[in-house]
Amino acid sequence: MIKNISNLGDAALYCDFGKDINKETNTKVIRYFKSIQKENIEGVNNLTPSYNKLIVSFDLRKTNFKDLKRLIENLEINKSDNFKNKRIKIPVCTDKSFSLDIKRLEKKLTINKEQIYEKFFNKEFFCYMTGFIAGMPFLGDLDINMRAKRLETPRVKVPKGSVGLTEQFANIYTFESPGGWNIIGNTPLNIFDSSKEKDPNLINPGDTVIFNKISIDEYQNYNE
Amino acid sequence: MSIKTTMSKNYLEIIRAGINTTFQDQGRDSLYHIGIPFSGAMDNRNYLLSNKLVGNELDSPVLEFAYQGPLLRYHGKKINIAVTGDVNFNIKKKKDLINGQCYQSYILEDGDELDIISTIKSVYGYIAFGGKFDLKYQWSSCSVNTKANIGSNNGKKLEVNQEITISNLNENLNNKKLNYINTKIENIRIIKGTNFDYFSKKGKKLFLEQEFNVSKLSDRMGMRLEGKKIENIVDTNIKSEGLIKGVIQVPADGNPIIMLSDHGTIGGYPKIGVVISADYDKLVQLGPGSKIKFKEINLASAESLFRLYELETQNLISQI
Repeated sequence: MIKNISNLGDAALYCDFGKDINKETNTKVIRYFKSIQKENIEGVNNLTPSYNKLIVSFDLRKTNFKDLKRLIENLEINKSDNFKNKRIKIPVCTDKSFSLDIKRLEKKLTINKEQIYEKFFNKEFFCYMTGFIAGMPFLGDLDINMRAKRLETPRVKVPKGSVGLTEQFANIYTFESPGGWNIIGNTPLNIFDSSKEKDPNLINPGDTVIFNKISIDEYQNYNE
Repeated sequence: MSIKTTMSKNYLEIIRAGINTTFQDQGRDSLYHIGIPFSGAMDNRNYLLSNKLVGNELDSPVLEFAYQGPLLRYHGKKINIAVTGDVNFNIKKKKDLINGQCYQSYILEDGDELDIISTIKSVYGYIAFGGKFDLKYQWSSCSVNTKANIGSNNGKKLEVNQEITISNLNENLNNKKLNYINTKIENIRIIKGTNFDYFSKKGKKLFLEQEFNVSKLSDRMGMRLEGKKIENIVDTNIKSEGLIKGVIQVPADGNPIIMLSDHGTIGGYPKIGVVISADYDKLVQLGPGSKIKFKEINLASAESLFRLYELETQNLISQI
């Protein structure tokens, strides 16, 4: 199912699952990710699944590209889809203090904000991957009329909890961080909790996310 | 017995914290998929040597500093310390001022001060203490990632006036010395990246032949380079995908950025190359204003250079 495995430097495998970015390709990536994770292969020290790639990094003291490539190519992959995927509701407030880029989006997408929110809320999104910063989920797919590019000049600080859009994807800033996504709201929910070492992410690859709109009062009185 | 001799607490008092002084160890693995980088000591060889010099387990936490280091006052029973890297430092004893030498273990007594003045033409240095820091680990590592506030010390760098407790002091005090000089590296060797062909013929040539300047905008996350623009002829963005340390990305402005130990785990810029594992420790020591030139080699050479580098490190460790 991997289209091609090449080396990324001397201590990582670059597994390419094809050009298409969709749920089907990503499900293959996640299957490989989970199967390799389960194998506990000697020397493998990190796995990074993304839309259509999987990077397997390893300790060059313990293994090497050639041996690991052979091992991965011959690995039995769990083909069933019985991963324990969750459905998660994320409350988002679109008060103007939070929806930093809504005006820009109205202009770029040539639809009004009510239409933007209508296409965004109470729809199912699929989590393709998490990362960049700890716990940040990359969710898709946005309606075809909702796809905008990143800001020309990224913000130096995007507030924690911000919900952003870019191209076919939505994300949630788990920390204050630099970033260039179009911010349309903010969630009071804590998406990443480093004190939970076993499961710090609220949203994991393969999970389904549904955003629901809350008022500023609900936001301020929100208790997890 | 006087109160003083029964007092069991050994601790460091931070009089000056230094620019970026953090606890580091071997780092944490298996967390890239949730967005948590490896972290760990930037210069692994110097980290290991510092621990060996004071008789610690090699994977013990140490203090890593950048440029200007901390000024520490020690309180407690006699303890071994050692500084590694290329560092100018002093030990102030009651009656003496010792001009410190790297790769040598010293004994600190109650009231002594360790003044890490600065690194010399390098970035990172290490201080190991012969004992155990009283630290909270996260994902079985103390390594501090200040961007995500992960690791010991609440994921923060050291601050002035804080105290660091050390327990279980090593019983045998060392007086060790290693003859070792950090050598500068001529070229940083790289393997072609997965998007090497996104760049024009001229761009590739520039990448492999020009001398880049290390920019001031470099930290534990990444090293930014400045030079003539490397021209992209395909796309200045790729679909976001995983990164590893040593990856050289080239964004639209044509200046390379090398991913270092605290890097973001996912990135969307084309990868022109990857620094080989054997050259990573030397790479991170190149400070702002340094010149850097890349040399392309193949995977097999990179692997044997790493074996050689590892052998050399093990050899140094065994000499202590």
